[in-house]
Amino acid sequence: MKRRKLEEKIFKALMLGSLALVLLILSGIVLVVVVRGASSLSLAMLTQTPKGGFYLGKEGGILNAIIGSFCLAIGATVLSALVSLPIAFALQKEYTGSRLANLTRLSLDVLWGIPSIVYGAFGFVIMMYLGLRASLLGGIIALSFLMLPIMTRSMEEVIRMIPIELKETAYALGITRLETTLAVVLRQALPGMITGVMLAFGRGIGDAASILFTAGYTDYIPRSLFDPVASLPLAVFFQIGTPIPEVQQRAYASALILLIIVLVVSLIARLLNARYSKNIIK
Amino acid sequence: MQWRRLKDAFATNSFRIILSLTNSIIFIIAIGLFIKGKPILFQKSISELLVSSIWQPLKGHFGFLPFIIGTIAVTAFAMTLAVPICLLSAIYLAEYAPRRLRELLRPVIDVLAGIPSVIYGLWGVIVIVPLVRWLGQVTGHITSGYNLLSGAIVLAIMVFPFIISVATEVFLTVPIEAHEASLSLGATRWETVKHVVLKAARRGVMAAIVLGFARAIGETMAVLMVVGNVAKVPKSLFDPAYPLPALIANNYGEMMSIPLYDAALMLAALILLVIVTIFNLGAHFTLLRMERKSQ
Repeated sequence: MKRRKLEEKIFKALMLGSLALVLLILSGIVLVVVVRGASSLSLAMLTQTPKGGFYLGKEGGILNAIIGSFCLAIGATVLSALVSLPIAFALQKEYTGSRLANLTRLSLDVLWGIPSIVYGAFGFVIMMYLGLRASLLGGIIALSFLMLPIMTRSMEEVIRMIPIELKETAYALGITRLETTLAVVLRQALPGMITGVMLAFGRGIGDAASILFTAGYTDYIPRSLFDPVASLPLAVFFQIGTPIPEVQQRAYASALILLIIVLVVSLIARLLNARYSKNIIK
Repeated sequence: MQWRRLKDAFATNSFRIILSLTNSIIFIIAIGLFIKGKPILFQKSISELLVSSIWQPLKGHFGFLPFIIGTIAVTAFAMTLAVPICLLSAIYLAEYAPRRLRELLRPVIDVLAGIPSVIYGLWGVIVIVPLVRWLGQVTGHITSGYNLLSGAIVLAIMVFPFIISVATEVFLTVPIEAHEASLSLGATRWETVKHVVLKAARRGVMAAIVLGFARAIGETMAVLMVVGNVAKVPKSLFDPAYPLPALIANNYGEMMSIPLYDAALMLAALILLVIVTIFNLGAHFTLLRMERKSQ
């Protein structure tokens, strides 16, 4: 009897220990980045592009990477949303039998699991095919492949939550399926969809492997879709890779900026979701 | 009236086309990578590429063995570290923790899963690499700290949030009646977990682990930053390793200037794609079966 109780106690302690370890390490990561980053963050980091000798520790900032990251992530979000929305609509019962729909859901899940470096390599293949060089457009294409499954799956989840009665009411009034989709389903699902879009945006802005080949890196702010473009994750990566302490300090600051953006995006997504879901008929 | 019907029919048909296109994306990616990787297959046999450990692109030697071993070693060791910790945490969250704590931690874990991998890598460089260097000194290994062990630790930490959330979901699908039956027979909570919950959930737990494994195997930036990147088969945990994703990422610059180099890298990407897809499909069907059973 005692032995059983003891075993229970030991394992409970192990479990609590594991959970504490996990939370400790993960919060430690956030803490280290915030503390190290905050001490090397300056206004110049946020408002200037790299000057000559920046990578040797001289003047300048990473405005190019901040703007570049937003250009890439916003471009890819828009492109990916344009593709995701019809897919999510098409997965509804009215249009597709359950076998095809399930197969597509499976495809999307598999796509979700594909490593981003593979998307980077595939983006590179597309670019060679189209005759593009490393550019904003190339980065946007590779990133939108990465975002597509995330966005479509979460949009589709939202659409599936819409009560069938609502659609039936529309059909009873003689409205076609397409009109119902656009007038009823879209309106009901929009707030939830925004959460999915934000989620994908947050994933996209933090991804480095897919844009490594496709977006390149530059000290300038992009002027057109065909210019190479800098990005925050790669700014972190390149700066930490140099042996110069001043530049490594900037890697910490860049990481902090990136972390703040990702956390804010995630927070906004959650708040929007909570706020809008109140107005939805359930 | 006719016009509205026509639009509806048109939409339905285009939706079907869109879905078939979605389903073919994965094949398009595989074919694209295969076409670019094909030139090297014409010159070398696949078995030669996979078992040779000589990597000298300038001389035309493309042996993938160090990278394959590196990938497997880093991933396997990361999973060895992560799985027990994650399962214990997930059991606690699903079976012991009060509902409020679980609901509180769920978004926290979600957010942590979304932290960009370069940030994990940066943290690895700041914290784990010096720690492992010190560990090497204590145990008599000469190491810079940029080695297999560092890569595995960082990777393990990266998959924590992911495995914990999938495994917690899996444990929560075990029906409450099973718990009640076991508890009413006088079993302690841990005995219930050990004999009933783990047994009922074992397939799902396997699937969670496999999903984590698939995620870990393709992880690039964080591992790349701490693993050392030396194209030799690692002999110990304190040797540097060079996983496939790191190989692809590190050499994008020069790959166009050396013959067959780009083909070798695209083939590496294809190998990754195939491995990850197989693991994902396996885990998917297992989880699906569990879900059906629990309903």
